[in-house]
Amino acid sequence: MAYSDKVIDHYTNPKNVGTLDKSKTNVGTGLVGAPECGDVMRLQIEVDQESGLISDAKFKTFGCGSAIASSSLATEWLKGKTVDQALAIDNMDIVEELNLPPVKIHCSVLAEDAIKAAINDYRVKNGLAELETVAAAH
Amino acid sequence: MELNLPIYLDNNATTPMDPRVLEAMLPYFVEKFGNAASRNHSFGWVAEEAVDYAREQVAKLIGADAKEIIFTSGATEANNLALKGVFEMYASKGNHIITCTTEHKAVLDACKHIEKMGGQVTYLEVKSDGLIDLGELENAITDKTVLISIMYGNNEIGVIQPVREISAIARKHGVLFFTDGTQAVGKVPVDVIADGIDLMSFSGHKMYGPKGVGVLYVRRKNPRVKVTAQMDGGGHERGMRSGTLNVPGIVGLGKACELCMNEMESEGTRLSAMRDRLEAALMQVEEAYVNGNREHRLPHTTNISFKYVEGEGLMMGFNKNIALSSGSACTSASLEPSYVLKALGLGDDLAHSSLRFGLGRFTTDEQIDFTINAITTSVLKLREMSPLWEMYKEGVDIDAIEWAHH
Ligand SMILES: Cc1ncc(COP(=O)(O)O)c(C=O)c1O
Repeated sequence: MAYSDKVIDHYTNPKNVGTLDKSKTNVGTGLVGAPECGDVMRLQIEVDQESGLISDAKFKTFGCGSAIASSSLATEWLKGKTVDQALAIDNMDIVEELNLPPVKIHCSVLAEDAIKAAINDYRVKNGLAELETVAAAH
Repeated sequence: MELNLPIYLDNNATTPMDPRVLEAMLPYFVEKFGNAASRNHSFGWVAEEAVDYAREQVAKLIGADAKEIIFTSGATEANNLALKGVFEMYASKGNHIITCTTEHKAVLDACKHIEKMGGQVTYLEVKSDGLIDLGELENAITDKTVLISIMYGNNEIGVIQPVREISAIARKHGVLFFTDGTQAVGKVPVDVIADGIDLMSFSGHKMYGPKGVGVLYVRRKNPRVKVTAQMDGGGHERGMRSGTLNVPGIVGLGKACELCMNEMESEGTRLSAMRDRLEAALMQVEEAYVNGNREHRLPHTTNISFKYVEGEGLMMGFNKNIALSSGSACTSASLEPSYVLKALGLGDDLAHSSLRFGLGRFTTDEQIDFTINAITTSVLKLREMSPLWEMYKEGVDIDAIEWAHH
């Protein structure tokens, strides 16, 4: 199966690979997936608490090219958004942007899960209620 | 020598055809097109003569008699014929078959079919090096056992089972021994007499011959083995496999066997030296593991897991230039990694991290150098991106994390 040009581009030049300091209260970390399933994504956001905007986002992903591209794209989209806007990112937006085939849709689902998990971690750290979707997954 | 790209290192999936094989086949399409079963004119005689000659070439490679060679459409068909054919033919003696969990799907699925038909099948586990335990094999034999089916060389990890010891156990208990020789025949010396093999399958396209042609060897003496035909028709191939013979394919397979016979020794030495060099260089990468027994192994195969990176993602880093296969299966709906690697007791994470290298007749030293470089670079790059690698480096126990399984 051939990869789309956009997937290849993100794979070759991934955006925002790295690690943020997870001990900071304005950093939210989401770790989703499982090594046994062949994908693990860690996605982090740093929120500028004055403006409420996501000022930085980083990822590291263990997985196929589509998983790497999905998380790279997600970090690009997160920067500059408010936390609420970030919550609205839907996995199908990722599928569309990257032209993912049906067998790779789970990669986009994982990226959406990672965004939600990072936001949730940020909320919990800052005394806000846990997101319902994430709480339900426990 | 010049470097030829892309590099083909998936010779366990299929081999390119040797140009000498093609040359031998060419006259049998247009000019000498006869049906080998046409007994009353020269077109038929010419075809029959070509098939007879090929049958000799094939038999010679495995130390068999030409009469013991049944031509099929490939190893899948030969495996089905051996298993189902023995199950039916020896139904009055018993209904039990012993095989193992690392067999090719063509064996495992035929066994599943046999179970549906009322057969009993024991699937032996393998040890962590991929070899079966001979004691377990012997213990599994009952008075209903008619067949032991254990492959010669494994397609994914290349391990070679202790065929002679297996056949000795089979003999001792009066049980037939079938081996899927698809990956081994033509690559390592296989001798049906010395190895004590009663039935054996193999395939043209894994030994530089054409696709769509294969063999079931069926022993005719000590003991005389019979299989029930699985297709009804003209009674070709001593009644065991009906259908007009694929004359060009058979001629090509014969030539491929002759070439393997003549070149196996030097080729095996050359390939195992290249394979060992590749393996040694890749083992310089931190947290790289060779899967399966390294001593009892096909000369051209190695299977390596690069921990903390995923195989398919890894391949994307070089698959424009290098063709090989991974034990990961990120594309399959089940996301199940290789069942062979799992049978060795590898965790799913290591199975997802594996690459299979299958060298072949046309692999060059320059290609191996390029491969070592490309793979090392790709592993290092992906580790920089891997959260698991970071955790490992920080001393986090990854197994202790409660992962959310989806
Ligand atoms: C061990 C083994 N058995 C059987 C087969 C099937 O062979 P064929 O493609 O000739 O049907 C293969 C090839 O994939 C194989 O590796």
